[in-house]
Amino acid sequence: MMQDPVTLVLTALLLPAASFLVIGLVPPLRRSGKPAAWFSSACMTASLASALTAWFAWHRPGAMEPIRAAWAWLPSASGPFATVGILADSTSTTMLVLVTLVASLVQIYSTCYLSDEPNPALGRYYALQSLFAFSMMGVVVAPNLLQLFICWELVGVCSCLLIGYWYTKPEAARAALKAFWITKAGDVGLLIGIVLLHRLAGTFDLLELRQLAETNAIPLAGLSIITFCLYLGAAGKSAQFPLHVWLPDAMEGPTPVSALIHAATMVTAGVYLLVRTQWLFALTPDVLAIVAWNGALTALLAAILACVQTDIKRVLAYSTVSQLGYMMAAIGAGFAGCGFFHLLTHGVFKALLFLGSGAVIHAVGTNDIRDMGGLARKMPQTAIVFLVGTLSLAGVPVFGGFASKEEVLGSVWEGGYHVPFFMLLFAAFLTAFYMFRVVFLAFWGKQGHEGGEGHEGASGAPGHSDAAHGGASSSGPSPSFASFHPHDAPFAMTGPLWVLALLALGLGVYYTIHPPHGGFEAPGWLTPAAVGVALAGILLAYLTYQRRTISADALASAFAPIRAAALRNFWLDDVYLAMYRGVLLTFSRLIGWIDRYLVDGVLNVVSAWTLDAGDRLRRTQTGKVQDYVWAVGLGLLALMAWIGVAW
Amino acid sequence: MGLQAYLTLAAVVFCLGLFGTVTRRNTIGILLGIELMLNAVNINLVAFSRFRGDDAGMIFTLFAICITVAEVALGLAIVILLFRLRKTASADHVDWLKG
Repeated sequence: MMQDPVTLVLTALLLPAASFLVIGLVPPLRRSGKPAAWFSSACMTASLASALTAWFAWHRPGAMEPIRAAWAWLPSASGPFATVGILADSTSTTMLVLVTLVASLVQIYSTCYLSDEPNPALGRYYALQSLFAFSMMGVVVAPNLLQLFICWELVGVCSCLLIGYWYTKPEAARAALKAFWITKAGDVGLLIGIVLLHRLAGTFDLLELRQLAETNAIPLAGLSIITFCLYLGAAGKSAQFPLHVWLPDAMEGPTPVSALIHAATMVTAGVYLLVRTQWLFALTPDVLAIVAWNGALTALLAAILACVQTDIKRVLAYSTVSQLGYMMAAIGAGFAGCGFFHLLTHGVFKALLFLGSGAVIHAVGTNDIRDMGGLARKMPQTAIVFLVGTLSLAGVPVFGGFASKEEVLGSVWEGGYHVPFFMLLFAAFLTAFYMFRVVFLAFWGKQGHEGGEGHEGASGAPGHSDAAHGGASSSGPSPSFASFHPHDAPFAMTGPLWVLALLALGLGVYYTIHPPHGGFEAPGWLTPAAVGVALAGILLAYLTYQRRTISADALASAFAPIRAAALRNFWLDDVYLAMYRGVLLTFSRLIGWIDRYLVDGVLNVVSAWTLDAGDRLRRTQTGKVQDYVWAVGLGLLALMAWIGVAW
Repeated sequence: MGLQAYLTLAAVVFCLGLFGTVTRRNTIGILLGIELMLNAVNINLVAFSRFRGDDAGMIFTLFAICITVAEVALGLAIVILLFRLRKTASADHVDWLKG
């Protein structure tokens, strides 16, 4: 069965759009909840099937050329100013498969995870999920930067709306707005970059731009500003320092949303953008250096931050930020392929971790890892798949993240960024440590608060102990842990978990047998070093949180200054707050004063004068009829006199 | 007697009417003044009609007299209502227009 690849990609792209429109425009379906959920999931699965078929077309022997199918959109005198359509090639179809796979698994998972939700809310959720899937694929297959930008904004809106799914909860509403505005700050840069690029090169089209770039037809002067602007957009979306602060707060959304949007797909859009425009960035090495350094810095900072979190989802969120830093670092080092490779494996195992944590939260009714413990016995399936995800993230051989993480490290070393390399290596150590801290605390050990858990003390991130079902629409009180027996979730939730776990494992095995070729020769000591730091991190976590031979308190006090800083998020939120209060509010007050006292003042003075003059004029009126007759008579005489004089 | 005599008479009557209208304090007096002014106009119309040999002036005058009758009826009705409300017919006490 040989289908036309363009049709396949278009089918994959438009099915979720159709699903969104149907659910959105047919209110009975939307309010019915469950049917909408199944309809949306069915569309998504069909979309996955057609994306997979399209993927095979580009990944069989005898690779196909990129296919561009575009339709004129904005007409202009010399050909269409902008087009809409698809650009299908090896990269975009691979990304398409990742997006459709995770999206369909998440939608199936959500049918169970959100089954306690009221029906209209569930319908809204699935409408937004479909819209998100469509817009994300729109970013992936966009043949030009204009379509990419539009879909880019659409995913941002969907992200905001889904973070604020429990919008009656103040933290969720706040987190949604925070995510929206901070990514917008980056998006402004992206828009400026796209417009400047159009001025410079005269086209939005990626293939044409690539041809121009490769024949050196784009003037280099001013190109650095353009690529930096593009990077700014990518940094906002992909949560790079210092614009990463929105991602941990975004965990206020339902966990499946975090898995899909804030781990596997949307946050990787920034990385994907840089992969898509790598030939442009290759022309501006100075910007690439910024990308690499900032990526490594982000990876390290986020890994440190993840070590002190007590909310399981926030640990994963910081871990996502950290891994995004890895991808950016590889791209900055000039090996975009390695970054993209890590994006793919990370998408699989991070979605797995998030969905696994969702299963845990679903079972125990809390996000706080200090309230968990001993879950391996009670929910063995979840424990196994979570462990697979953790091993992948830690970069242990044979698991998904091993090959890609080593590729990233190798490419950064090869690119000559030696200091960032060691930052990343240390971050890898921390990654293994903080992930196994979660595993040991949540799945092994004893349940609930213990004496030895003074490590986190009262300092944990406040206000995040809400369970996924603690949303405003929760039906009935959340079961307390003591009277509650956690168990594995139903098949609708474990099924997607197993698919992702097997995929993570399968990818790992495949790349162990067929090592990837990133286009460079990694030094021989790289593999032992990478594996070594991962194992060291695991060992430290084991000794601290399982055997307790190392006191967690002692560990905490040894790194007290860093720990204090990390608990305050390196004062970044304070800096933003100070900027908001100091700069924005002062400016607003100034503007408010000008408006109140200058603009309004002039008006008020004029109106006061008018009133006063009217008051004075009023006194000249007697109200007596005869006086008016006098006035009329005198006026008539004056008029006649004037006419007489004029003659 | 020429046209001028009639016009002079009309002007004198008009001025008397105007004077009465402006100076009389009694509203009925004011109404009488207005009537005088209207009749001065009527004299003018009739005089011009006579001296120019055009009958249109006569007809206008008839109309004017009819309308004046209606106007007087209205005016007196207003005066009576005013008297009922204010217990006086003096124009000095009617200053409701004053702000």
